Amino acid sequence: MTTTAPPPTKPEPHRATGPVTRPGDRIFAGMARGSGIALLVVMAAIAAFLTVRAVHAISKDHGNFLTTFEWTPSLNPPVFGIAVLAYGTVVSAIIAMVIAVPIALGIALFITHYAPRRLGGPIAYVIDLLAAVPSIIYGLWGALFLVPHMRGLNLWLDDYLGWTVIFHKEDPNSAARSLFTVGILLAIMVLPIITNVSREVINQVPKMHQEAALALGATRWEVIRLSVLPFARSGIISASMLGLGRALGETMAVATVLSASPTLSAHILDPVGGTFSQNIVAKFGEADDFGRDALIASGLVLFLITLLVNGAARIIIQRRKEYSGANA
Amino acid sequence: MSDTVMDATPAAGRPAHTKLASRHLPRWSPLAIAAGAIVVAVAIGAGAGLSSHIQWGLIALLLFVGGSYAITAQVEGRRQAKDRVATSLVWSSFILAVIPLYSLVETTIKKGAGVIDGTFLTHSMNNVLTLQPGGGVYHAIIGTLEQVGIAAVIATPIGLLTAVYLVEYGKGRLAKWVTFFVDVMTGVPSIVAGLFILSIWFVLLDKAPANGFAGSLALAILMLPVVVRSTEEMLKLVPNELREASLALGVPKWRTIVKVVVPTSIGGITTGVMLAVARIAGESAPIALLVFGSNVINTDPFHDPQSSLPYYIYEQYKNGNEPSYARAWGAALVLIAFVMILNLVARAIARWKAPKHQ
Repeated sequence: MTTTAPPPTKPEPHRATGPVTRPGDRIFAGMARGSGIALLVVMAAIAAFLTVRAVHAISKDHGNFLTTFEWTPSLNPPVFGIAVLAYGTVVSAIIAMVIAVPIALGIALFITHYAPRRLGGPIAYVIDLLAAVPSIIYGLWGALFLVPHMRGLNLWLDDYLGWTVIFHKEDPNSAARSLFTVGILLAIMVLPIITNVSREVINQVPKMHQEAALALGATRWEVIRLSVLPFARSGIISASMLGLGRALGETMAVATVLSASPTLSAHILDPVGGTFSQNIVAKFGEADDFGRDALIASGLVLFLITLLVNGAARIIIQRRKEYSGANA
Repeated sequence: MSDTVMDATPAAGRPAHTKLASRHLPRWSPLAIAAGAIVVAVAIGAGAGLSSHIQWGLIALLLFVGGSYAITAQVEGRRQAKDRVATSLVWSSFILAVIPLYSLVETTIKKGAGVIDGTFLTHSMNNVLTLQPGGGVYHAIIGTLEQVGIAAVIATPIGLLTAVYLVEYGKGRLAKWVTFFVDVMTGVPSIVAGLFILSIWFVLLDKAPANGFAGSLALAILMLPVVVRSTEEMLKLVPNELREASLALGVPKWRTIVKVVVPTSIGGITTGVMLAVARIAGESAPIALLVFGSNVINTDPFHDPQSSLPYYIYEQYKNGNEPSYARAWGAALVLIAFVMILNLVARAIARWKAPKHQ
């Protein structure tokens, strides 16, 4: 008690100097901050460099860049447009999503709620590993195994659902190198990533909510519908959008399977059409310098689309993090 | 009978308990319904002359779901019936997904294993006609190792430092932007990364690149966000008490990070880097645009085209004949083995070095 008087004078000089910063600290902090800034610079540079070359190409395009079907930048005057590519990219991605999202959700629920406890862990591990299989191997398998096996299903769809126009097949004997097959292959490819993210979200659903529902006499499905899915909905949406981003940008699997042509067709079983990335890989080899600029222009459009999809997915996830107190 | 069941006998006949002890289907009923569905589906399939077995399977699935709903609704009520349908849908979605994924792995192993031998692993495609069997992947393995190695050398330090910035220093708007763009960068398609490097070469050097180094740069862009994200997660796991203890001893912040924080989480960081390497080792799109591929051994990543395993598979597939397909499957098996070994080792390290909770 008697020593209360001196202390106020003692800490003051310490406080006045503030936290000690040494040169090492400043250098290290600068390097760390610099790396973060470098990453932003790279993203900005991607947009800037692609835009520079794309503007150069589009300014010389004698067709409408957005509505032209053909991709013939080597003609004089050059004519090229992204209509077929944008259509093919979107349609194949939609097919992939329609197939993959329900199944991925099913697997996620299977692992978390239905599988025997002892099986759930190993299954999740294997699905994790499958996410690492390179896309070119999916492409090789798709082209040499899936395409021949799709024949029966294609004919059946044509026979019974041909009247819907969508499933009409112009030439029943043509190979199944169509947007439909591409969509199925993409669905198989994005399945692991959607499953993994959904599973993590579903695992975070508070046990209390589920036990409360069970205690009220709910069946297992009612527990899932009433307490699991509402909580995990935004997480599942963003998982699907991450998968969508991957499906939109997938290159090699599409390039190996699709037999491309500049035709915009509503018949998804016909072997026609194209996607952004498939077109880039397929046309790159024979393209001259201007042709490559044209391909860069189409790449810029793809970049912007994936940027939008991924950005939206991340914003949904972040919002969820802020509002859900259950994570704590 | 009646003396073995202790508590059921007094309750029998009371109206209040009949609801709780309502009628149940026996436990084997799903199996019985499934067997019935399969038998009927086979009969329909064979009768209607449907050639594809996928259709038989789909008919069986529909019959099973419909049948179990109808029977359960009769015996147990509609709520239970819905529950059964949901259960069978979840199970069938799992089985539906396992079939293609299993087929992929099985096909690759079956077709690839016959191709791989000593010659395949130690020879290039130099002077091998695409139509004849023989040749190998040696040049592609060298290309992959060099390109991925350079990419890792570029991306790992930047990624680590960025993660350190986000966890240890990052506050305010810059950190928020970096976090957001790391996430967005994860979704940049590999072909766009390739086009970006291509446009840099066009703008700065006015010509297209054709060497392994340009490919490495594109791979580094794809690797960077994966490294940042995983390292960040690992650094966040380091308990604050460790940092505080070190700072309280008068250790500068940067030495605390280098000597305490990073060593504590080094296992997880290594895992993250290895998973990122495994991811970029399978990328072929940027290689197609920037490195061009080659049939001969080129150990110099800075001059002249190189090959790489994923691009080699694509090239062989494009040749479109049986010997080339065989080589493609062989290379696919080599690549899948490489990626899987990296994955398994990385996960083993993570498990081995994981911080122990008491």
